[in-house]
Amino acid sequence: MSALSLAASVRSGERSARGIVEEHLAAIADGEGEIHAFNLVTTDAALERADRVDAVVAQGGDPGPLAGVPVALKDNMCTRGVPTTCGSLILDGWRPPYDATVVERLDAAGAVIIGKTNMDEFAMGSSTENSAFGPTLNPRDTTRVPGGSSGGSAAAVAAGFTPLSLGSDTGGSIRQPAALCGVVGVKPTYGAVSRYGLVAFASSLDQIGPFARNVADAALLLEAVAGHDPLDSTSIPVSAPDLLGVLDRGVEGLRVGIIEEISGSGPTGLEGFAPDVQSRLAEAAEALAAAGAVVEKASVPSTVFGLSAYYVIAPAEASSNLARFDGVRFGLRVDAENTVDMNAATRTAGFGDEVKRRIMLGTYALSAGYYDAYYGKSQKVRTLIVEDFARAYQSFDLLLSPTAPTTAFPIGEKVDDPMLMYLNDVCTIPSNLAGHPAMSVPFGVGDDGLPVGVQVLAPANGEPSMFRAAAVLEAAAGGSAGSRHDS
Amino acid sequence: MEPDADTSTPGRITRDDVAYVARLARLNLTDSELDGFTGQLADVLEHAADIEALDLDGVAPTSHPLPLANVLRADVPTVGPAEEADHRLFCDEVLAAAPAAEESRFRVPPVLGEAP
Amino acid sequence: MDGWEVVIGLEVHAELATATKLFSGARNEFGGEPNTNVDPVSLGLPGSLPVLNEKAVELAIRVGLALNCSVQASEFARKNYFYPDMPKDFQISQFDQPINGEGWLELPDGRRIGIERAHLEEDTGKSTHVGGGGRIHEASYSLVDYNRAGVPLIEIVGKPDLRSGEDARAYVSELRSILVAIGASDGKMEEGSMRVDCNVSVRPVGEDELGTRCEVKNINSLRSLGRAVTYESRRQVDLITSGQKVDQQTRHWNEEDGRTHTLRSKEEAFDYRYFPEPDLVPVAPSAEWIDEIRAAMPLLPGERRKRLAGEAGIQPAAAALTVERGLDDLALAAMDLGADPERVLVHVENNLADGQGALTADAFSALVAMETGGVLTATQAKTVLADLVDSGGDPAAVAATHGFEAMDTSELEGLVDGLIAENPDDWEAFVGGDEGERKKKSGFFVGQIMKATRGQADGRVVNEILERLADGV
Repeated sequence: MSALSLAASVRSGERSARGIVEEHLAAIADGEGEIHAFNLVTTDAALERADRVDAVVAQGGDPGPLAGVPVALKDNMCTRGVPTTCGSLILDGWRPPYDATVVERLDAAGAVIIGKTNMDEFAMGSSTENSAFGPTLNPRDTTRVPGGSSGGSAAAVAAGFTPLSLGSDTGGSIRQPAALCGVVGVKPTYGAVSRYGLVAFASSLDQIGPFARNVADAALLLEAVAGHDPLDSTSIPVSAPDLLGVLDRGVEGLRVGIIEEISGSGPTGLEGFAPDVQSRLAEAAEALAAAGAVVEKASVPSTVFGLSAYYVIAPAEASSNLARFDGVRFGLRVDAENTVDMNAATRTAGFGDEVKRRIMLGTYALSAGYYDAYYGKSQKVRTLIVEDFARAYQSFDLLLSPTAPTTAFPIGEKVDDPMLMYLNDVCTIPSNLAGHPAMSVPFGVGDDGLPVGVQVLAPANGEPSMFRAAAVLEAAAGGSAGSRHDS
Repeated sequence: MEPDADTSTPGRITRDDVAYVARLARLNLTDSELDGFTGQLADVLEHAADIEALDLDGVAPTSHPLPLANVLRADVPTVGPAEEADHRLFCDEVLAAAPAAEESRFRVPPVLGEAP
Repeated sequence: MDGWEVVIGLEVHAELATATKLFSGARNEFGGEPNTNVDPVSLGLPGSLPVLNEKAVELAIRVGLALNCSVQASEFARKNYFYPDMPKDFQISQFDQPINGEGWLELPDGRRIGIERAHLEEDTGKSTHVGGGGRIHEASYSLVDYNRAGVPLIEIVGKPDLRSGEDARAYVSELRSILVAIGASDGKMEEGSMRVDCNVSVRPVGEDELGTRCEVKNINSLRSLGRAVTYESRRQVDLITSGQKVDQQTRHWNEEDGRTHTLRSKEEAFDYRYFPEPDLVPVAPSAEWIDEIRAAMPLLPGERRKRLAGEAGIQPAAAALTVERGLDDLALAAMDLGADPERVLVHVENNLADGQGALTADAFSALVAMETGGVLTATQAKTVLADLVDSGGDPAAVAATHGFEAMDTSELEGLVDGLIAENPDDWEAFVGGDEGERKKKSGFFVGQIMKATRGQADGRVVNEILERLADGV
C-alpha cells in the first residue's frame, strides 16, 4: 500500500497506526534476517508512537500528513537516546543526546520511526559493503549489492519492510541504491532539507532525501521534512515546496535534454554504460516525448570531470568532519599513555579501510603545498560544472541520464578496487557539485532482470517539474507496487 | 615533502607522503597497509590529474553551492526557564556517553605539549 | 643591550561580551558547573552545525571601527588540529578574509601602532591537569570542561611596530581601554578574558631586516609582559653575540623563574590545512549597518583625551590619567561651571584615585572656586574634597563643619608681628638674607604660624606678609 493511502486511512480512523506498524514489523521479522537492511529495529518505540497517533485520532485530532506511516532512517541521522552508528565501530553503541531536525519534523507529521538502516561507513561507498556490521543484500537478488551508501534504506523500502525511508546523498548515495533496488530515490536541492543532526560526510555536498516505492509517496515524505531550519546556516530560507499538488500536470511543452557526456551516447563522454541501461534510458526519453515533452540531446561538458573533483573535495571535507572522532567525548576509546596515542589507537581501531583511505586522501589534498593543486583546482572545476549546467538550463527545463552505469553488481566484485567502485557515481556526482536536485525513477529492468533507474535532473529549486516528469515516467513504466490510487 | 611552487599537479604521492598524512590524521598504519594505501591513493589522484587539461585561470572557486550570505542568529540563549529541565537531562546524557568522566569533566590521558 | 633594537608585535585575543556563544545559543558565562553551558554545537557532537551570532559580528565591527580598520566582507575557515580542548578538532576562525583589515591604534603619547587585522574565531574548552603540580608535562591525566568552547573571540594582530617593554604595556593598556569603552570585552587579563601573546625579535640598530622572532605565550599581566620582553630580548641578544642562531619557536613565559622556556613537547608539525568553512556562508555587513554601528559608538579614550586637552589647554598625553580614571566627564563638567582647569586636574590626579564617589560636578566646581578665591587652603580643600567624595554635600557646609574659615589678613599680621618680636635673630637673618636664606627662614616662620593656627593659615598669605614687612623695613 502506498504511504499516502496508509496515512489517509489512519487519519480517517479506518485503520489503526498500530495495525499498520505491526504489519510492517512482521514483514521485517520475516525477511530481515536475509536482507540485513537494519542496524536496529525500534520495535517498542514504534508501537508506543503508533499508539499515541491512534490516541490523537480517537480524540478527533489530526496527527499529520504521515499519520501512522512507518519511516526508516539511515543510521547517520541522530535519534536521541537511540543508537546511531553511521555503520562504524567508532560509534558502536553511541546514543545521541539530541534529535536531528528531520526526526523532529517526522514526529510532528505523525510518522512512526521504525528503525535505523545499514549504510557504508560514514556514507563512504556505493555498495553498503563498507559497513562495519556486514553488508545489506539487494532484495531483488540477494547475491547482489543494493548500492550505497544508503543501501539499507533502499532495501528496506524495496523489500516492503517500510513504505518510506530517508537516506543521505553526497555523490549519489540515495539515487544509485534506488536505481539498483528498483525504488524511487530523491536528492533535493542543496539546502532544501536541514542537515542539522545528519552526521556530516562532505558538508557542501550532503543532503537528506526520501526513498519510496512510488513518486507520490516520495513527494509526501519530502514535503514533510523540507523547509528552512534556523539551526542550519546552509538551509534555503523558503518553506517546503508543493509537490503533491503539481504531480499530475504532466510534461506537455517541457524541454528535456539527455546529457550526452554521462549517458554513454556522445562522442566526448564517458564509457562503461551497459547497453541495456542505455536502452532503458532511450525508452524513457521516448515516453516523455510521447507525453508531450520536447526531448533532445544536451551537452554539459564538465560533467566528465565531476568524478575527479568530487574525489578531492568530498574526502577533503570529510577528513576535517571526521576529526572529532578522537575517543575524547563519545564513542569508542582505545586507551594509551597519552592523548595523541589514544587518538591514533582509537581511530585506527574504529575506522574501516575506505574511511581511512578517504581521510588520508583528503588530508593530503588540503596539506601545505598541495591545497592549490588539488582542493583549489577541484573547487574551480566545480564552478565550471555549475556554469555548464546554467548554460544547459537556458535551453532545457529538465535533464535526463541513467542513474548508474550498470544494474546491481555481485557482492564482492568491486570492493577491492576503490577506483572501480568510484565509477558508479559518474552520473550522480555532478548534481551534488552543483547543488541541484535530481531523482531516480525505476524504469524497467536490464537483461539480467535487475532494476534500471533513470535520473531526472533539475536546476536549483526545480523539484516541482522534476517530480512531474518522474510521475510521467512512472506511469509509462507501468507504475509500481502501491501507487497512490490504491485503496 | 617538496611541493611545487606553482599549481601544477605534484608528483605521484609517495610512501613518505602517506606516512605524513597518516600522522596528521592520527591513524596508525602497518607497513603493508602503508604500501597498499599508497598505491590506491596514487591511483585516485592520478585519475584526478585529468583536471590538468583544463584552463582554470580566471575561474573562481565554488565554496558554497548556494548564493547565501549573512545568515545570523539573535544573541539570545536557547535555554530559558522552560527548557531548563530538559537541558539538565541533556548534560547528563552527554557525560553518560563519555568514555571517561570525572567531576563532570571529560577525562583524558596526559596531553603532550601546549595547544598551538 | 646597546646597539640592539627590540622589535615586538602583539597578538591579543579578547572574549567578546555577548550573551551566547559565537555559533550557538549556549550561554557565554564565566563560572558555572563544568559542561553545563554546552549544547550539541559547542560539544562538536556529530551532526551539529554552527550558526553565527549577530551580536558578535556587531562587536567585531565596533572593534574594527575603533582601531581604524577597513570593515570588509569576510568568510570563515577551518583551522585543523587535534587537541582535547577542541570539540571538533578544528577551530572555526577566519583566514584569507578577516572581517577587519589593516588599521592602527594611537598610544596616549600620540604614536600610532599598526594593526594587521582583527578577526572572529571561537574559543576552546579548558583543561585542568591533574597530578604533577598542575603543570602540563608532569600531569597524570587531564580533565576537560567545554563551557568556554565556542565563546566568541576577537583576535587583534598588531604589526611589529613596538620597540620596548614599556611600549608593549602601553599598547595593551590602551587596547584594553578601547575594548572596555566600546563594550566589546571586559578585558581582564588575570581572568583570561584578554590574552596577550608576544612576538619578540632583535636586530642591530640601523638594520632594516627583521631578526628571527619567537612567540612568547602565558603572559597573564602587564607586569609579566614587561618582564617577558626584557628577558626574551636579552636571551636573543646573548645568543647572537655568542655566535649562535635564534631558532624560531614558541616559548612559554614562567612567572616564577622569570624566564621563557620551550616546552618539552612531542615534535608536532602544525599543518593547519585551512579551507573555507562549508557549514557557514559569507558575512557581508551592509554599509548601512556599519554606519549605524559607527554612529552609536561611545567616545574612545583617545577622543576623550583630545577633548579634555582642548578644554584644559594641555597636551593630550597630560589628560591621560584623568581619562584612564574615567573622570574626564566630571572634570569637564566642573570646568564648564567655571572651575580653574589646572586645579581641577591636580585634584583629579592627586586626590580622586578611587573615583568620584558622591562628588558632583557642582560641588567640585564650587570647591575649586573656594580654593582659588583664597577661602580655603590647598590642604583644607583636600580634606573637604575627601568628605564630598565620601558623603556628598556642599563644600561650604562641609568646610564649616571642619571650622575651616579664611583667616583675616590683619589677624595673620598680628600673629606675624608677635612672632617677629619673639624671634629677633631669625627675623634679622630673614631680612638681611638672600633668596636662599629667606626661603629657609620663611619656612620656620610659616611653620610656626601654621602651628599656632592649627593649619588654618594660608601659607602664601603669610609669605606675602613677611616679604612686605621685610622690604618695608
